[in-house]
Amino acid sequence: MWGFLGGQAMFPAAFDYLAPTTLGEALDILAERGDDAKVMAGGQSLIPLLKLRFAQPALVLDIGRLPKLNVVSRHDGRLIIGALVRHVDVERDRTLADNAPIMAEAAHWIADPLVRNRGTLVGSVCHADPAGDWGAVMLALNAELVAKSKAGERVIAAAEFFKDPFTTALKPNEIVTEIRIPIPPGQAGGAYNKLERKVGDFATVAVAVQVEMNGRKVTRAGIGLTSVGPTNIKATEAEKALAGQELTDETIREAARLAASAADPKDDIRGSAAYKKDVVRVFVQRGLHTALGRAQEKRT
Amino acid sequence: MSATMHMHGGIGESIKRKEDARFLRGKGNYIDDLTLPSMLHMAILRSPHAHARIKSVDTSAAGSMPGVIAVVTGELMAQHKLAWMPTLSYDTQAVLATDKVRFQGQEVAAVIAETKYQAEDARDAIVVDYEILPAVTSPEGAKAAGAPLIRDEKEGQKDNHIYHWESGDKAKTQAAFANAAKVVRLHTFYPRCHPAPLETCGCVADVNPATGKATIYMTSQAPHAIRTVFALVTGLPEQNIRVISPDIGGGFGNKVPVYPGYVVATAASLLIGRPVKWIEDRSENLISTGFARDYHMTGDLAVDANGKMTALRVHLDSDNGAFFSDAQPSKFKAGLFHIVTGSYDIPTAHITADGYYTNKAPGGVAYRCSFRVTEASYLIERLVTNAALELGLDQAEFRMNNFVKPEQFPYTSATGWIYDSGDYPKAMNVALEKLGYDELRKDVEARRKKGEVTGIGIASFTEVVGAGHGADFDILGLRMFDSAELRVHPTGKALLRMGTKSQGQGHETTFAQIVAEELGIPASDVAVEEGDTDTAPYGLGTYASRSTPVAGAATAMVSRKLRDKARMIAAHLLEAADEDLEWERGKFYVKGSPDRAKTIQEIAFAAYTNLPEGMEAGLEGVHYYDPPNMTYPFGTYAVVVDVDKGTGQVKVRRMVAVDDCGVRINPMIVEGQIHGGLTEGFGIAFMELITFDSEGNCIGSNFMDYLLPTAWETPKFEIGETVTPSPHHPLGAKGVGESATVGSPAAYVNAVIDALSPYGITNIDMPVTSDKVWAALRSKGVTE
Amino acid sequence: MKVTMRVNGGERTGDVEPRVLLADFLRTNLALTGTHIGCDTTSCGACTVLLDGEPVKSCTLLAVQVDGRDITTVEGLAQGGALSPVQVGFHEEHGLQCGFCTPGMMLVGTALLEQNPDPTEEQIRWAISGNICRCTGYMNIVKAIQHAANVKQAAASAPSPAAVAAGGGE
Ligand SMILES: Cc1cc2nc3c(=O)[nH]c(=O)nc-3n(C[C@H](O)[C@H](O)[C@H](O)COP(=O)(O)OP(=O)(O)OC[C@H]3O[C@@H](n4cnc5c(N)ncnc54)[C@H](O)[C@@H]3O)c2cc1C
Ligand code: FES
Ligand code: FES
Repeated sequence: MWGFLGGQAMFPAAFDYLAPTTLGEALDILAERGDDAKVMAGGQSLIPLLKLRFAQPALVLDIGRLPKLNVVSRHDGRLIIGALVRHVDVERDRTLADNAPIMAEAAHWIADPLVRNRGTLVGSVCHADPAGDWGAVMLALNAELVAKSKAGERVIAAAEFFKDPFTTALKPNEIVTEIRIPIPPGQAGGAYNKLERKVGDFATVAVAVQVEMNGRKVTRAGIGLTSVGPTNIKATEAEKALAGQELTDETIREAARLAASAADPKDDIRGSAAYKKDVVRVFVQRGLHTALGRAQEKRT
Repeated sequence: MSATMHMHGGIGESIKRKEDARFLRGKGNYIDDLTLPSMLHMAILRSPHAHARIKSVDTSAAGSMPGVIAVVTGELMAQHKLAWMPTLSYDTQAVLATDKVRFQGQEVAAVIAETKYQAEDARDAIVVDYEILPAVTSPEGAKAAGAPLIRDEKEGQKDNHIYHWESGDKAKTQAAFANAAKVVRLHTFYPRCHPAPLETCGCVADVNPATGKATIYMTSQAPHAIRTVFALVTGLPEQNIRVISPDIGGGFGNKVPVYPGYVVATAASLLIGRPVKWIEDRSENLISTGFARDYHMTGDLAVDANGKMTALRVHLDSDNGAFFSDAQPSKFKAGLFHIVTGSYDIPTAHITADGYYTNKAPGGVAYRCSFRVTEASYLIERLVTNAALELGLDQAEFRMNNFVKPEQFPYTSATGWIYDSGDYPKAMNVALEKLGYDELRKDVEARRKKGEVTGIGIASFTEVVGAGHGADFDILGLRMFDSAELRVHPTGKALLRMGTKSQGQGHETTFAQIVAEELGIPASDVAVEEGDTDTAPYGLGTYASRSTPVAGAATAMVSRKLRDKARMIAAHLLEAADEDLEWERGKFYVKGSPDRAKTIQEIAFAAYTNLPEGMEAGLEGVHYYDPPNMTYPFGTYAVVVDVDKGTGQVKVRRMVAVDDCGVRINPMIVEGQIHGGLTEGFGIAFMELITFDSEGNCIGSNFMDYLLPTAWETPKFEIGETVTPSPHHPLGAKGVGESATVGSPAAYVNAVIDALSPYGITNIDMPVTSDKVWAALRSKGVTE
Repeated sequence: MKVTMRVNGGERTGDVEPRVLLADFLRTNLALTGTHIGCDTTSCGACTVLLDGEPVKSCTLLAVQVDGRDITTVEGLAQGGALSPVQVGFHEEHGLQCGFCTPGMMLVGTALLEQNPDPTEEQIRWAISGNICRCTGYMNIVKAIQHAANVKQAAASAPSPAAVAAGGGE
């Protein structure tokens, strides 16, 4: 819900603009002006905010011209997604399709095809909209973010990253250069279920589910929730309840119940809190069934 | 070459549109594309509160910002007696607020600056001090004891009630209800929605300080009426006002009224002496300009033991917002709502309506609708389906048994409408056949046994369009005729000018086709112009599906006038008597000798070169058409839906639409209109909503909240037709622009209710969103 | 700030504040008014242009961001006097009514056919789902893009450029 915009501006307030071509330069600029600067990747969240003057930074630092950040690679048992990899790239990438099919599935339902041609996965995670889809997927996949500043580099687990709506563990002088996703050993499957009112709408509720299996037993389960709390939520209790278990109707139902109680949604125009919790339950059930099927297909 | 070039383009031919050429190349000429020398830009400051007293407006900081030429306030407008303006419903509306703001988004002040960026920068610097007052957001709230008085400035206004209005026969209806075997009641709320054309409203006002001539380029569906209203509001002499509607990016009723922005821009241009442009942004459009519906309706249908409808009783409370500025024929307070008996032969009906002021945006417009027909059609079609379900009758059969029969036309309805023509069973049968109704019914039963939630909905609407005969229909006294002026040039090419204004309906093609049919000049040789009040004949404009019924008729009539003159010229050229000539589209020939002929082009040339003795030169004329009656398009729509029990999501599996709009002038354009209407109907049924919280904050003021269907959600439509010509229209045409929005919402909702009926669910108000469906199912213990 | 970009094949430059949106730059500075504005929230696609061949919303890009890059607007679709296959398709299949969404729809259709010369109805509907049309109900827009696909395929297999001939007249 965007609320009252009547008579809000349609054009951004004035700002300075810099588009450095090396990471070093970018980090130098942030070291100096980070406090009143905004980093811009695809701009698909930032520019709407600038236009409505909800954000009025003194400086926009466009990282769109930094080299080598627009690639997906595989390294050291991890999938590496650079800061300029767009939603559309995720949708089409073969490496991701082979190793984490949930990624393309989630990408497909983000925004609309035109926004997906500009918006980035990393930008989306940094934006930390509780209604954003990537946060839930990153939580389910146990992803890590690599944040760089002039002072050096740190690695932040997705589970530690989201603090409040639109607030993260990132410091104003940091840029996230990539996200790393551990490649599950052996059989694994995932699913992203999203309830949206139309294309271009944010989720009413969405659920990311990932299961890693050894034979019939779950070795690790990941469940991330969208739009049902102040941040994307990791349904830790439900994940724990599945670890070491076989996926039966019963264990699935119990996990769904636990995930629903981890959700903390609010009543709004999209529906009541009770509704959203129930859809979490339904989606965890459906997601686990799909994920199980996919994991079994992948028995190679 | 496209085939179009070689076609004559008469009635019934799907020729390609003439207007496409400029739009395909990005060379349309929409309001925001217009730039005049030394033009300034205007930005409007709006109220963030629904109801508040204005204590002060401080423009000092804004006024001294870079590029700012003027800051206009209500006080300044009041000095020129322009702080208030009359509405189309004999009320007044604030142009810029002086005393109070009465809805969120109301116009408070305006900045005029060299660039739009500067205008917006300065708007942010205006400081307004408000004393917040409690807000009224529904008719119920408006009626409540101790409700705040919204229109405290209006002399004699002691409460929030605007009007009471009745139609039909109360006593007879009461008696029929007393004898009814069964009474079915439906209480339903048709929520506030918005036409939301893709282009917002806007204007460029250019008052020439040397001549005093005001040229106002404006997104208007009714430029002539606007000119007159402007003359009355501003006191400018009408010959000094020229309203020009350029290409319009969709209207759907939104671009009928006069909005404060137009008045302020014009006043500013007058004061400053430079052109002033004002283009709404989307949120301004949704929050302040003409909304639609917002009707709370209760309908009772009396049915006898044989399943015959015997009486209808309806009460409605209308939420009109802060000013009563409904755009509708002035005699009818609730528009044409009393068409509510619809397609059914109901012997008696009684309708009562009350309108209320609330702290919401004013301007009930007909969103792709003929003045509240949509609400009426929705109510009766929902009520009929509910009655069938409650009586255990088949929805289609119950309708069939109660239709006005083909032999009953012209039919006088219980509220006094004289339906010109119709064949309701025929349209229903075509629809059912297309759908495969009997098979589908069985399929629904089978699926239900497997636990699926699925259903079929039907709606058989009757519209009333083409307002309207002058004796009953006027807007502020202006009779609702329309006009066409036709000039045939010496080379046989023609220019047709009309009082209407296309917003995408394809007038440049359709009306050329009428001339092609009636005067025999190929459609490609007929240029059609609308929208410039200095050149076009006076007309009431395009809305309520009135262009084809009224201006289309005027075009046929003026063509025939010219044909009569052409006959005399042809007789002169052929040295024959007038009555010895036969007309064949495009030429006159002497009876019995078809080779002795003169083409309309030859005749046109003669009209300027070789006339009969004493005849006035030229071949041109004008016709003002006052229709003898309304036209009554109708049809049957049928929808199949599947409901997801887990999430409450509804998926439209099929949508069949059979329309009868009489004779179709360009079937391709007619079908395009139907597709568009079915899509807007789908949006209204499932997602479009403007609502308010208890403080009067508007929810739905941008396209992230006001949801419009994309190609992905929109069903694929299966279209069918029947043709029952209008007996009184010169071409037999009835108008079609709105049938689909009028008829389809009930069909969609009826399908959902049919799907949920096995669980005892009888109503969900629009928009039928997944959370409401979920709540209904869970309340009956249904879950995944 | 100085910006330079290729627009419809020609180099164009301008001097703009960083806050100027690409849509505004095209409309105001370059007088290419075929790119429209329909919303404030990146929802409608009336402002669609091709950026290096991909459809994007020019209301949600800064002009300075596209410095050095390639833009196609609706004005760049017709080659010489001849309409492109997609433009022909929109005319023949009545894919437009008021015309306000049409530039965006045609640009998306053009980009889609570059990638996928023979899209299904579902693929077309998905591709245009970031663009809103209030008038047509999308049925004929889908047909228009299919029509263009056929015209292009016919042109590819025929020796003479049928697309050009089909686009020659109105
Ligand atoms: C109409 C519309 C619908 C949408 N629907 C959805 C949806 O359904 N689901 C969904 O998940 N999203 C949706 N989005 C948001 C979209 O996914 C954005 O692309 C995404 O949120 C932001 O990515 P971006 O690259 O555009 O980031 P930007 O807009 O450039 O930046 C967003 C924020 O992240 C910060 N940031 C960006 N990159 C970095 C970095 N590398 N390091 C540090 N900080 C950084 C910026 O400073 C800014 O605060 C929608 C957007 C629109 C306009
Ligand atoms: S103007 Fe609506 S998306 Fe750009
Ligand atoms: S043709 Fe009018 S919005 Fe698409």
